[in-house]
Amino acid sequence: MPMFIRVEVDPVAAADNDLAAKLVEVCPVNIFEQDVSGACTVVEANEDECVLCDLCIEAAPAGQVRVIKLYE
Amino acid sequence: MRFYEFEAKQLLAKQGVPTPSGGVAETPADAERIATEVGGAVVLKSQVLSGGRMKAGGVKFADTPAEAKAAAAEILQLEISDQLPVSVLVEAKAGIKQEYYLGVTYDAIAKQPVAIFSDMGGIDIEEVAEQHPDHVAKRNFSALLPFSDYKMKELIASLGIGGRELTTLTRIGSRLAHTFLKYGLTLAEINPLSQLDDGSFVALDCHLDMEDEARDLQKDLLAEMGIDADETRQGRPPTDFERRGAQVDQVDARGVAGRVVEFDGDLGLVIGAGGGSLTIFDAVQRHGGNPANYCEIGGNPSVLKACELTKLVLSKPGVDKIAVIMNVVSNTRVDIVARGVVKGVIEAGFEPSDKIVFFRIPGAWEGEGFKILEKYGVEYGDRTVSMSEAARRAVEKLGAS
Ligand code: SF4
Repeated sequence: MPMFIRVEVDPVAAADNDLAAKLVEVCPVNIFEQDVSGACTVVEANEDECVLCDLCIEAAPAGQVRVIKLYE
Repeated sequence: MRFYEFEAKQLLAKQGVPTPSGGVAETPADAERIATEVGGAVVLKSQVLSGGRMKAGGVKFADTPAEAKAAAAEILQLEISDQLPVSVLVEAKAGIKQEYYLGVTYDAIAKQPVAIFSDMGGIDIEEVAEQHPDHVAKRNFSALLPFSDYKMKELIASLGIGGRELTTLTRIGSRLAHTFLKYGLTLAEINPLSQLDDGSFVALDCHLDMEDEARDLQKDLLAEMGIDADETRQGRPPTDFERRGAQVDQVDARGVAGRVVEFDGDLGLVIGAGGGSLTIFDAVQRHGGNPANYCEIGGNPSVLKACELTKLVLSKPGVDKIAVIMNVVSNTRVDIVARGVVKGVIEAGFEPSDKIVFFRIPGAWEGEGFKILEKYGVEYGDRTVSMSEAARRAVEKLGAS
């Protein structure tokens, strides 16, 4: 369980293989992975490494990826 | 990185510094042969990286080759600070008229190299500086400009040395300074530099330390001397705690969070940034604290690295609290270190508000970092609190707990 940052991807957007590949590419700290079907999954063990760069948010349609600070 | 005495002497001899005649023995038979070649009395010295050889019985004298053989056999079996010698240095024993000290190291305050000379050699220079300050002279010089022999002459003459002694000591001191600059050394020391009964000078003992970062630049020299790239060459073997510290630093490629050195105090330190580690370590001691460790954080390490380092420091027996103090950071992020440290404390089974006596890391992303610390009730300071003041508060809080 992350302590500081939780990253959420809307389930419909997560199923979009092109978006999933883009998220894997942009995140500098490997928070996104593609599963066998090509869908996007969040790597829970890496969530606290999020550097709050917002690249994933900019790569996805508005509101489809959320980066939540659990300490606020 | 330390050189064995025999290596240091080989390097100095190559630069024109006079050293005693003799050789390096790996067996008692070698020692006997070298003593025969030298002719007359010899001194045999254990080749270990730690100090205190004389007290430990690692230095012996022999009047005949047979005695040298027996002495070498004893020295080669003798562990000093948990190290067996790699060899025995066998050198001519000569009559000594006068002993001097010559050293070159870095002066952290002047941010320049400093040459040190004393006419009371053969004893610890710190002791001489404390008890006989009028017998120690120092001169800073530039690490960028070519070394001027005049600087050395001025230094040596300042203690009243003149004539032939001044000329010879100046030449030896200048060669030592050139060696220091040429090979990226952090310490080049001849103690004693002895004037023998016949008036000649010889470096009876010496100590050279190379900056770890210079090893790559000096790889040809090190290869020529037969020193492998993976030889750490510290004064003692790393402790288990230090080995685990090195493993922490290798968990990923991001930044540095490791370079741990173990001490026997009770205040765990998570410190670093721009030379901050040494300053903070000293400040903790100046305020009466006893550091449990030294370490370095910098270059924006991952949360994981900061977390693992924190857990390691907290796992050390006798460590009850930790202080997290760094210089002002620019590329290292305050919030990332704060996450790592808080996470480490919690994963170790403790409350961050109880275990972290003080957190002082100002700089990049400090606003986010401070929010994290506030959420977990950790006392922190921004850049208006100096590193010394942060150390003082940490020591005071540990004492009060
Ligand atoms: S904000 Fe940056 S680091 Fe965080 S999940 Fe998105 S891309 Fe990765």
